[in-house]
Amino acid sequence: MSEIEKVGVAEVKVSENPTTLVSYGLGSCVAVAIYDPNIKIGGLAHVMLPESAGRAGGASPGKFADTGISYLVGELIKRGAHVKRMRCKIAGGSQMFKLPGTTHAASSLENMPRTQIGERNIEAVKQTLRDHSIKIVAEETGGDHGRTVRFNPSTGEMEVSTIAHGKKMI
Amino acid sequence: MKGRLMGDAKDPGQELSEMQMDALREAGNIGAGNAAIALSQMVEERIGLSMPRASIMPLSKVPDLVGGPEAPVAGIYLRIEGEVSGSIMLLIEEQSARSLADLVLGGEEGEKKRSEDIVIYNSALQEMGSILSGAYLNALGLLTGLLFKPTIPFYANDMAGAIVDCVLVDLGASEDFVIVIGTDFHVSSVKIEGHLILFPDPGTLKIILGKLGVPIE
Repeated sequence: MSEIEKVGVAEVKVSENPTTLVSYGLGSCVAVAIYDPNIKIGGLAHVMLPESAGRAGGASPGKFADTGISYLVGELIKRGAHVKRMRCKIAGGSQMFKLPGTTHAASSLENMPRTQIGERNIEAVKQTLRDHSIKIVAEETGGDHGRTVRFNPSTGEMEVSTIAHGKKMI
Repeated sequence: MKGRLMGDAKDPGQELSEMQMDALREAGNIGAGNAAIALSQMVEERIGLSMPRASIMPLSKVPDLVGGPEAPVAGIYLRIEGEVSGSIMLLIEEQSARSLADLVLGGEEGEKKRSEDIVIYNSALQEMGSILSGAYLNALGLLTGLLFKPTIPFYANDMAGAIVDCVLVDLGASEDFVIVIGTDFHVSSVKIEGHLILFPDPGTLKIILGKLGVPIE
């Protein structure tokens, strides 16, 4: 059993073998795992909102998709990773809340102040990755359920576990 | 217990005194009493109540109250509009949620429980969550003379961390401190543990505490 390091909301962590990076209970947040398979190094960003819109995010660049991913890429480059070799896996961005008497997610409602934030997070993550020319090799996103993500930077394997749908390796 | 509330880099947040915490605890007590009456009428049984526990903690620590971020819980989340604004969330850990659903849905000993049907289970908890959170709000409204207008309650039955995650995002904050009022309802030998979490919008807590007679200076 390798060591485990928790990556909380708005955090970004980089790990070298053999630490597993874990984000527990992702709802509309998105876990973005980026790694360089050649030198077996990677990191995980637990992003909460789509765009920083000029705000730097202060002490927690991981709060926003754009600043979080740029920060993570920068940290990996500092440790010898190369953008051209980087691969990415993402999970999360669901819409958890439902209205009484329906099985529909509440995303279509105007009175939910931040509607469709999960989808917007996913879209912002993908856009930022395109800007950096980093390829998404696997994803487990959307839906209406929570997820826990365990990422092994040395193998690039990501385990996504849920209550209703069990575990899945991507 | 003292605590800091709704603070960020620009605003160091609000220190609450022991007296102010007591006032919130008392409001929670009356709210829980109201909720127990509502529950008692539904299930036609006597409901006992524990003394409520009130505390202030970072929202990110809330999942630890119900068994950790991966623990399955039932959550009801709603916005409050009107003279004062904010959000409230009711979290019930799985064992308690099952007991509550069984209590409401009934069913004979030895029979297949109706609560084993996930659709019926979720629907019963949604309904109970709305009633219980409504009972708390009514009590707070009566105590303060303020109008609390709840919006439609949203429901989720999933990982505690994921539910709190969505609320964090909705509030757009990652380090906010919230007021948590924990109450145990006792029905014959069964204990149902509920956690009511209050997220007053900036400025709202000041109005509420003023009305409760323990103003923020």
